[in-house]
Amino acid sequence: MSEFDLEDRVRFEQLVLPHVDAAFNLARWLLRGRADAEDVAQEALLRACRYFPGFHGGDPRAWVLQIVRNTCYTWLEKNRPTELAVEFNEKFHQQNHATPERLAISGDDRERLTRALEALPPRFREVLILRELEGCSYKEIAAITSIPIGTVMSSLARARRQLCFFLRDPSRKEANREV
Amino acid sequence: MKCDFTDSLLHSYFDDELSTLDALEFGRHVEQCADCGTTLVNLDLLSGTLQLSQLYAPAPASLLREVRHKLGSMTPPRAGAKPFLWQWVAAAAALLLVAIATWRLSPELSNDNYETELAGEIVDMHMRSLEVGYTTGITSHDERAVKEWVERKLKFALPVRDFADSGFALQGGRVDVVEGRSVATLVYAHEGRLIDVFIWPTRKPDSSPREGSQQTFQWVDWRKGKLEFCAVSDVEPTGLKQLYQLMDSSGS
Repeated sequence: MSEFDLEDRVRFEQLVLPHVDAAFNLARWLLRGRADAEDVAQEALLRACRYFPGFHGGDPRAWVLQIVRNTCYTWLEKNRPTELAVEFNEKFHQQNHATPERLAISGDDRERLTRALEALPPRFREVLILRELEGCSYKEIAAITSIPIGTVMSSLARARRQLCFFLRDPSRKEANREV
Repeated sequence: MKCDFTDSLLHSYFDDELSTLDALEFGRHVEQCADCGTTLVNLDLLSGTLQLSQLYAPAPASLLREVRHKLGSMTPPRAGAKPFLWQWVAAAAALLLVAIATWRLSPELSNDNYETELAGEIVDMHMRSLEVGYTTGITSHDERAVKEWVERKLKFALPVRDFADSGFALQGGRVDVVEGRSVATLVYAHEGRLIDVFIWPTRKPDSSPREGSQQTFQWVDWRKGKLEFCAVSDVEPTGLKQLYQLMDSSGS
């Protein structure tokens, strides 16, 4: 493992380590499990250490989340390749163009939301997590995921629509899960 | 009437990502479009529920521990290298202790007692700083976040200001124990070096700054508004005086 000097270490402690929760949270949602998330987040943070001497300015959270995200995808490709192949179900997309009705969220929301989120394809799930739980701007999400800002917008819209759909009709919430 | 605005526009409006002009235009549209209105209410409900449902998974303590451990093995100590941060903190704290003890204790204590007590305190302080260390405090440039964090842990209010524009960027804060009492410690970076400012309540009247040095460390101490401040660092003495002036004139 390459050596980085004390100055790097101090800067790493100050800039990167405050985002350990963000790193773990993203990994947890991308991998859908805490144990895998801890391993992969750790790998990503150590990778970040190695790249760190080359990090000059910019937003450290976006920088480290980008590394976490890439490490997660590499892990998924190796361990659960089918998961990445899940495409968005356009059927929901069309159905949801109907006149919107008011949502009624109540009761065991946490459980329902977790399952609804985990049922989203990873590329939509990550955009939603980064926006809703991490509070990232579209620009930050585009930087972290390396997708164009227009795609960030449309992915977010579709992810939310599908989540609303699951929450409106709990009986359909597993329908799109094709892992 | 079918709404002909695109979904992306609606979501961008919801996320505050539209330009002021576009947001105004879309806002006018929403007032008249029941569909968009309902969708916005749903988005708000969804967003609120997501945030309130404890879905954010904080990292287990073992993750940070493991990363720090590996980090340690990546930075082997070298002859002539600068000391690790905690050693620096311990040294600064010990120095502060010397300074405080010199000002406060020397009249009351004989030299022998003073030396023994001091040696004990220094060892304790050294061990405590190993435990609490610099890194367990809050690391943030945000004045309010640091202030709230420190004040939550202490029973007194203190001013926290970032002077990044003047070359003293706030790095964060922590809580230390000096002479058996909790003190707030603000950390600033100046020209690549760190400055600790220890702050604790006092009943003594305001005082102009006193300064001194010990080995390679400099300190400046002053009292203002029932608080005592002691800035310690290995920066040039003028740097510490500059920080004192900034803090003093900012209403500290």
